[in-house]
Formats: sequence, structure tokens, C-alpha cells
Amino acid sequence: MYLKGKQKWVPYLFILPWLIGLLVFVAFPMIFSLGMSLFDWDIVGDRIFIGLKNYIDMFHDELFYHSLKVTFQYAVILVPLNVGLALALALLLNKPLKCLGAFKTIFYLPSVLSGVALALIWGWILNDRGILNYLLSLFHIKAVPWLKDPDVAVWSMVLTTAWALGSMMMVFLSGLKEIPEQVIEAARIDGASGFKSFYRITLPLLGPTIVYNIIMAIIASMQQLTVIINLTNGGPMKSTYMYSMYLYENAFTKFRLGYASANAWVMFIIVMALTGAVMFISEKWTYYEV
Amino acid sequence: MKKKISNGILYFILICLSLIFLFPFFWALVTALKSPAEIFAYPPSFFPKELHFANFAEAWTAQPFTKYLINSLIVTFFAVVGMTFSSALTAYGFARFEFPGKNLLFMILLSTMMIPWEVLVIPLYMQYNFFGWLDTLKPLIIPSFFGGAFYIFLMKQFLRTIPKDFEESAIIDGANYWQIFCKIFLPLLKPQMVLSAVMYMIIVWNDYLGPLVYISNSEKFTLPIGLSLYKGAHTTNFSAIMAITVIMTVPTVVAFFIGQKHILGSNISSGIKG
Repeated sequence: MYLKGKQKWVPYLFILPWLIGLLVFVAFPMIFSLGMSLFDWDIVGDRIFIGLKNYIDMFHDELFYHSLKVTFQYAVILVPLNVGLALALALLLNKPLKCLGAFKTIFYLPSVLSGVALALIWGWILNDRGILNYLLSLFHIKAVPWLKDPDVAVWSMVLTTAWALGSMMMVFLSGLKEIPEQVIEAARIDGASGFKSFYRITLPLLGPTIVYNIIMAIIASMQQLTVIINLTNGGPMKSTYMYSMYLYENAFTKFRLGYASANAWVMFIIVMALTGAVMFISEKWTYYEV
Repeated sequence: MKKKISNGILYFILICLSLIFLFPFFWALVTALKSPAEIFAYPPSFFPKELHFANFAEAWTAQPFTKYLINSLIVTFFAVVGMTFSSALTAYGFARFEFPGKNLLFMILLSTMMIPWEVLVIPLYMQYNFFGWLDTLKPLIIPSFFGGAFYIFLMKQFLRTIPKDFEESAIIDGANYWQIFCKIFLPLLKPQMVLSAVMYMIIVWNDYLGPLVYISNSEKFTLPIGLSLYKGAHTTNFSAIMAITVIMTVPTVVAFFIGQKHILGSNISSGIKG
């Protein structure tokens, strides 16, 4: 409702906490960060305005390219795997089963763990003489140096983080619930097979949810840092040295705060561009009207 | 008959997947209970010969984990209370009033969810340094008192569905908006507040990067930082590391079970249909 007279300030009072927080903890820091990215700004010493030099320097920085490449490798494996697996689990659980709650709980449970705990538990499982290599040996598969081979370490990161797909599964489940049963029923009466009705009806109607989950998964994999630090610390031979770690080290190990701010803005632009791309592509095959 | 068989296959798949998902938990717990000698036995044993409950006490006292626990409890308690209440206030403002700029502000609110942490962390570090907040628990607590976009969104979606008569009759009775919020809407909002509190509790309790950046004084460490450092210092003592990991995980699992009905029953996607 609209309030009149003196009372018209009442709604602003209610949102005031958030408004103050927006200014102090989001808007001002963002402007400040954009400014910092134009400076040669180390933790000590003079702060010199250098215009776009930080951004230009980045394109001559080998680590910049390397960390982007690793992030890309990781995301290309993780995002489809996670989205596919979460969707498959949601489809399995979108049926009137016994013990449905128990299954949901089990699949969701890894999501409540800290990234530190994820990394430590999986670091132990993926140990050279760890349980996974033992289980593989039962099938006569040679031990895999999960955390020591630069070609394999990204897969270890994927395994560790893919375990925590519970919240994505829940988003899919609530998306599936919104598909009216009559539509699927009607398709079946018209003679559509289970696979056909999934492909022609469920999947398109689930489009927005899939897009949402893909975007969130991309953003999450760009920002992955806790698990990297605690599982591989970027190694071996920088094979898991992802963009967020590159940025973190520039900022808080090398204390090149201006340069790291420029890194952050490049990341922001990449995230925005990918989000836009995913939304654009999905427009072509998605029905937004339900 | 055909249906029975396909259901059987479905249950079989689900049970196999469940075992895979549960295995890491089981393995962490089993490792925490093994003797140091048994950890490195090969082939590994699936059930410890003896249960070494002493591992937990030994690991706990090897580092000032009690201090870290207290810090974690302080941070989690205040951050969750602040977040839940301020988000409820803001959600009420957005849900029950019309005012100039409302749609624009709400768009801004939603878009803040897309801002990467990496963009904000460096300026916030400078800012907290300026405030004198570094090496204190303040950076982990105070920002929570200004609401969180996701929780505001969640509560607003619910508050919108309540009919207008609720506050209209209260106004006729002479109540002001603060009273209406406290007496009518806060009680109605309880399920969403519980859900928000549980979800945010899990995030705050598990937060590693916040304390990693803002705190370097070990007096102010929280459990995730303490555990991470402990792992760095005792790389081979895996029963102790798993013991602390298990201890640290228990509160979030308990919180999850408290909020389970709300988390698993919630319709998180209801806002994203365009």
C-alpha cells in the first residue's frame, strides 16, 4: 500500500538496514575496487595512478592465462557432470517412493559440509594408498596418483566438489513439482513413450531451472577456492591453480592490491558474459511460459 | 508386475547411489576411530579392530580448539540472529508497502546475489583495516546485520501472499506499522525465518575464506581455519584430522535435521520462472 504524508517514510525505515548495508558493504567497495584497479597499489609504498596498465599487464602475465585455462578445464568437466547428475537424481526422486525423505536427506547431506571438511575427507580418500585406490585394485585397476599427477589432479577437484550437489538437486526437484501432471498424463494418453514425454515435455518445461543451475554452477566453479587451498593448494605443478587462487595470491600473498582488483573485475566481466551467453542460448530452446 | 520390477530397479539404483554418497562420511568416521598404526595398514580395514575414542580428545587438545570453538559459536550466533532479523525487516518493507523506487531497489537487491566475492574482498579488506576491524571477529559478524539478498527474497515471496485485511484491521484498531510487523507478521514468518537461520548458520559455521583473509591472530581463529592449519601441521596424523573434521561437521548436520522439513520441502525455484 502507498502511505501518505509523514508516514510515507515508513517503508524506507523498514528497508533501511539493507540500504545501509548495500552502500557500506557493496556499492562503496565496488566503486573503490574499480578505482584501485587503476592504481599501482601495494600494501606499502606509494600508490601511483597508472590508468589501464594493470589490465594491460594481465595480458602479458603467463599465470593469468594458465589460471584461466585450469578454471576452464575444471568448469567444463564439473558443470555438465553436476547439473546432469543433480537432474538425474531429481528425476529418480520425483516419484511417489517409500523412504523418499531418507533418500533426499542422504543426497543433500554432503552440501552441509564446509569446503575444508570436503577437501580433508576427499584428500584422505584419494591418498596414494587410500581407500579409492584400494577399491580400484579389487578391479585390477592400477593405483591412480590422484593428487600427485598434474593430469589427474583436476579430476580430484571435480570428484570432491561434485559430491556436494544437494542444493542443485533440490532446485531441480522443486522445478519438477511445478510441471502440471495433466500435461504428462495427456502426452501418455496420446501415446508418447516415457522417453519421448521426458524429452519433449519435461525437459523444455524445466528449461528455466536448468539455465539457473548452469549459471549458478559456472559462478561457483569460477569462485572455488576453499577446496583448492585445502586439497591441492594449486598443485601439483600448478595443475589446479585456478583463477580465484591466482587472484587471492596476488592480493594477499604478493599484496599487489591494485593488480588483484583488476583481476577481480576481469573475473566479474567473464562471469557476466558467461551468464549472458547461457541465457541467450537457452532462449532458443526453452519455453518460459508454463 | 512390470511396474513392480521397474520399481525394484529404481530402488536398487537409489540404494547404490546412497551408499556411494554416504561412504565418505562413513570413511571419515572410521578413520577417526582407528589407531595410528591401523590407519596406514594395507589393505585398509573397513571396521577398526579397536575403537579409539581417545583420538577425539587427543586431537582436540593438541591445538586450542576450544578457543576456536568459542569464536565459531560467537560468530555464528550473532551473525545468524542479525541476518534473520534484518532480512525479515527488509522483506516486510518490500512485501507490504508501495513506495517510489521500490522496483529499482528490488532489482538491485537481486543483482547483488551475482557479485563475486572476489570483487568485494579486496576493498572490504581495506575498509575493515580502516575501521580497525582486522584481527577481530567484527568482519565476520557485523555485515550480517544488514540483511542478505537471498533470505530477503525468500521471506518477501511468502509475505506477499498474505491478504491485505491483516494490517487493515490492525490499523483500524490503532496499531502502528512497527507493532503490526512485530505482532502479526513476525509470527507468521516463523517457518521462513527458521529456514533462513538454518541455511545461514551452515554458511557461517563453515566459512573459511572470511577468517582466512581478515584474521591472522590465532586468538580469533574459528574452527575451519583451525582445522585447516592443523592439517598443514600434522599431515600424517589422519585419525586426528578426521576426528576434528567429524566434530566440526556435527553441528551443521544437526542444524540440517532441525531445518530439514523446511529445507527439503521448500520451493526454492518458485521465483525463477520468468
